[in-house]
Amino acid sequence: MRKFLQPVLAAVFGLAAGLGVTWIAGENPWHVLRILWGSAFGSSYDFGMTLFYTTPLIFTGLAVAVPFQAGLFNIGAEGQLTLGALAAASVGALWPGVPWPMAPVLAILAAILAGTIWGAIPGWLRARRGSHEVINTIMLNFIAAGLASYVTLYLLKNPDSQNPETRPVGTGYLIHQFGIFGGAPVSLALPLAIFAAVLVWILLWRTVVGYEMRAVGQSEPAARAAGINPAKMRIIALSVGGGLAGLVGVGEVLGNAGKFRLGFSPEYGFMGIAVALLGRNQPGGVIAAALLFGALHKGTADLDLETEHVTRELSLVLQALIILSVSAEGLWSWMKKRGES
Amino acid sequence: MVHAGVEVVTWVEPGGSVTEARFHLHLFRSIDSLGSNSDTARTMAVETTAAVELLGLTKRFGNVVANTGVNLRVEAGTIHGVIGENGAGKSTAMKMLFGIYLPDAGEIIVNGTRCVWASPSDAIAAGIGMVHQHFMLAGPYSALDNILLGAEPVRWGVIERKKARARLEALAHRYGLPVDWDTPIEELPVGVQQRIEILKLLYRDAKILILDEPTAVLTPQETNDLFHNLKKLRDEGKTIILITHKLREVMSFTDRVTVFRAGAVTGEMQTSQTNPQELANLMVGRKVVLNINVPPARLRNEVAMEVAGLSLAGVVAGSRHKLSDVSFSVNCGEIVGIAGVEGNGQSELLQAILHPRDPICRTSGAVRFLGRDVTSWPALRIRDLGVALIPEDRQEEGLLLERPVLENFLLGLQRSPAFSHAGLLNSTKIRTAAARAVEEYDVRPRDVAIPAGKLSGGNQQKLIVAREFQRNARVLIAAQPTRGVDVGAIEFIHNRIVRARDEGAGVVLVSFELDEILTLSDRILVMYEGRIAAEFSRGQASEREMGLKMAGS
Amino acid sequence: MTGQLIASTLRVSTPLIFAALGGMFSERSGVINIALEGMMLLGAFAAAVGTLLCHSPWLGSAFGIGAGCLLAAVYALFVIRLRANQIVAGMAINMLAMGLTPFLCKVLYDVTGSTPSIPIGERFQSAPLYLSWVLVGASFLWLKFTATGLWVSFAGEHPEALDAAGIRVNRVRWMAVLVSGALAGMGGASLSIFLSSSFSRDMTAGRGFMALAALIFGKWKPLPTALACLLFGFADAVQIRLQGVAVWGDHPIPVQFIQILPYLVTILVLAGFVGRSRPPKASGTSFQKG
Repeated sequence: MRKFLQPVLAAVFGLAAGLGVTWIAGENPWHVLRILWGSAFGSSYDFGMTLFYTTPLIFTGLAVAVPFQAGLFNIGAEGQLTLGALAAASVGALWPGVPWPMAPVLAILAAILAGTIWGAIPGWLRARRGSHEVINTIMLNFIAAGLASYVTLYLLKNPDSQNPETRPVGTGYLIHQFGIFGGAPVSLALPLAIFAAVLVWILLWRTVVGYEMRAVGQSEPAARAAGINPAKMRIIALSVGGGLAGLVGVGEVLGNAGKFRLGFSPEYGFMGIAVALLGRNQPGGVIAAALLFGALHKGTADLDLETEHVTRELSLVLQALIILSVSAEGLWSWMKKRGES
Repeated sequence: MVHAGVEVVTWVEPGGSVTEARFHLHLFRSIDSLGSNSDTARTMAVETTAAVELLGLTKRFGNVVANTGVNLRVEAGTIHGVIGENGAGKSTAMKMLFGIYLPDAGEIIVNGTRCVWASPSDAIAAGIGMVHQHFMLAGPYSALDNILLGAEPVRWGVIERKKARARLEALAHRYGLPVDWDTPIEELPVGVQQRIEILKLLYRDAKILILDEPTAVLTPQETNDLFHNLKKLRDEGKTIILITHKLREVMSFTDRVTVFRAGAVTGEMQTSQTNPQELANLMVGRKVVLNINVPPARLRNEVAMEVAGLSLAGVVAGSRHKLSDVSFSVNCGEIVGIAGVEGNGQSELLQAILHPRDPICRTSGAVRFLGRDVTSWPALRIRDLGVALIPEDRQEEGLLLERPVLENFLLGLQRSPAFSHAGLLNSTKIRTAAARAVEEYDVRPRDVAIPAGKLSGGNQQKLIVAREFQRNARVLIAAQPTRGVDVGAIEFIHNRIVRARDEGAGVVLVSFELDEILTLSDRILVMYEGRIAAEFSRGQASEREMGLKMAGS
Repeated sequence: MTGQLIASTLRVSTPLIFAALGGMFSERSGVINIALEGMMLLGAFAAAVGTLLCHSPWLGSAFGIGAGCLLAAVYALFVIRLRANQIVAGMAINMLAMGLTPFLCKVLYDVTGSTPSIPIGERFQSAPLYLSWVLVGASFLWLKFTATGLWVSFAGEHPEALDAAGIRVNRVRWMAVLVSGALAGMGGASLSIFLSSSFSRDMTAGRGFMALAALIFGKWKPLPTALACLLFGFADAVQIRLQGVAVWGDHPIPVQFIQILPYLVTILVLAGFVGRSRPPKASGTSFQKG
């Protein structure tokens, strides 16, 4: 029971603090809360958009959660998802004639491969050279952005548009969108995300590799004493994380835009860190947290219009406050002590 | 508070068992003659030549009593040895003298003044300095900076390094401790690093220097240099307290010696008036009565484990080897006990045996398990041969403390065909086996879902034993198997170890508890300074002889 | 032509140098500072606001420094006092700044994009540039010759030794983090009221992370770090000119490849492929009296 309490309390506290910030700005916090709720869940379109944001957050949340279980920080989800989307769009643009259902499968595999490679690099660097994955993944984010820019603007630029985007993928690549959400691009990517979460659960809790990864994350000396190879596990963990982040491309390219648009991600990668943290690095928690942050992201979109001062950036503030409250170990152990005495 | 004659002290061990000890004490000065107990006593001078006196010092850590009624007297201008086994309490007592710990009871009297420290800074201000076993030196910075830290001479905000350097040069010259002031510490040999630590104390005008196991990391040559320097310091009027477990050093280099055992002082005398045998007697003694009947071994023909010429060289140039040419073999059906005081290479030996491929663990020599040369094998493969391990630090190396007992039961066994197939874990089989093991090995509470960290020490150890014995191993390596374990569990674990031997396993038992070694081992090897110093068969040696060998005599 | 390039490089490197110096103090004391980006951003915003209010870039900088310190104090509170994970808390601080700045911008000026333009008379012409190099020298002197500088170095390398010497490790770390906030804030100020004429959204554009990269490249020492910042600044200043001009055989080198060079080099340096770079030993760990 207590395990649920911490993230829930943190979320509530973060939300309250964030609303407090709006109150300082001269807004009525209840008004803000009502707008948030209405914008996130008010109509089928609203709810659809919430789900549309939730989908990539599930992927990036998992992408951060799996390496976390092995004791690693994956700050590189942003770069991994960029290259995953780029790979899917490139395959679709280079071979537009491939028919459905081969086409999306091909694109999905490309997305996974690209993301996996981008995760394997920092994994290898940490395992074999000992350099910390935090800086490496951040650096790789920038490099990925550069690569994406290059490919989009030089190699695969869309001739029919001024926007920085690639040529559209062949129609065989596009995946089904659910019509019941009033136009919001909720696609098969959502069930794919949930399926990915289930697979991650199986990986972490039902396979040998998952067990060994978690052991390395729990206690490297104990894992090592038991014969487990920490270096190998680290490479696997970050590679899997990368592949998961790459799947964001499915929802964006195959299920929404039909092409790679430079800068399409509103920092899904960084939001994934908040999602993983709040979800305690468990697939189920990740889905719940992704929904929360998806709702916040959608909910804050309408704040510009409906309030005097509050803007959609409030969602970033809220996320930040939630992360801070989840991570304050000193606070939680103090609370635990009070609880136990 | 006059002490004389025999006193019996009882104390409680973790897990609730009670043990007692008798010891003889010499006559100590009573503090009644000091006068009243009021605050003025703090500044009242006393007729004494003692630099340090500890009276009735007691310290508890939770359930464990580290020091009980310690009485100790160090004369000014002497080299005073404080000797005892692991866990005898000598380090704790000295740390109280230095202000790292606060005593629960008792008094500290320095140069005739009763003192109460709030922190080491107070002790330093009173002229006491301590060189710890693990040096407090920062690698990339120079000797000069390391020495000055916290005592920098500052003028207009700038450190006056020149002034400090001049003063240090004078000190180094006076006490014969030449040091390279500007080289980064990490490039200096260990012996020089130690000199720097000593200079740290001298720079702060320490009159009483405490050295904790100073020769643990030194080569014989460096040891000689150190004692040469210490003698010089003593001749210049400093008082030196030497914490050690090495009898040879005490006999050769100290003026007086205090012996600790089980948290209290068992003897204090002039070094010239004693001998190694007597000291060993005072150091080593029965702590826990073990009620186990060990039938004679029935050796099998097969060699369970063999090491030949195993060595681990020290890392910094010129420092002592951690393992020197260790060779021995263990047959199936026998228990070989590795005795010795902590820090003489036992941990390194185990690491070299289990991770021979890793250059940090082994630099030369061969390891064979069950006839196969495993020197270049990865750790997992070695264990899969049938090697069970009870690691010496169960919380660090043996368990995933925050995970449930069920997952801990699986640690190391996750790839065995009994529990997994094609990469997938079979949770039903695991759960059944775990429940059965927990029942059979009496792990309490019988709940495989609670985090391992919540179990008591004894139950944690039983869990590890249950897990490792699941392997039906032909080789069992048990390191400190009953450390921090209550008496009931100790008996259980010992019985299991003997049973494993009788069922044909070769057992390597590494322990700092002499009783354990003596009771269980069919053969005993004593490790000292990284090599095998002696070998005994069961019943061949007395405790005293063993104690002598363990202390380097 | 080259004279212009050099001048450009020096100007553009200025915010990086401030931020990197800030990162240096924090990291030397053992606190990883991923939050430089956020502190810079908030500092840039506050400096712009302050200058608009007070019509003086110096007073505006004071606002920027103050904002950086404030954010640093929050960071220090969570990381030192509450023992939060330094990387997680650092990312959170960045997000906080990224969210607060447009929010406050809207509150004060009714738009989320940028603050109103600051007239040229009220901006810095070159002062921060000189100031940054003065600080490089001052940092070097401070670390090498003062007692507190020595304490900061030990706090990151061997906090136990510092503690044994009687100095409060966490107090030293607090101070180092606050200094890093002040410097990062100044770096932000040099972005908004020196290099440009207003604050615009997310204007730091990853410079906080580049400063970290420069720091690693510069082995956590003041002068090499500043030179690394110059290198990154040079790449920045030159890439506009190189567009369409740099060639490899017949083909122009795409600008992105030049842009990613600093990040690539950082990875190589960290991995030990290009010289050894060792961070302070106790970096990233929280210190509790044993």
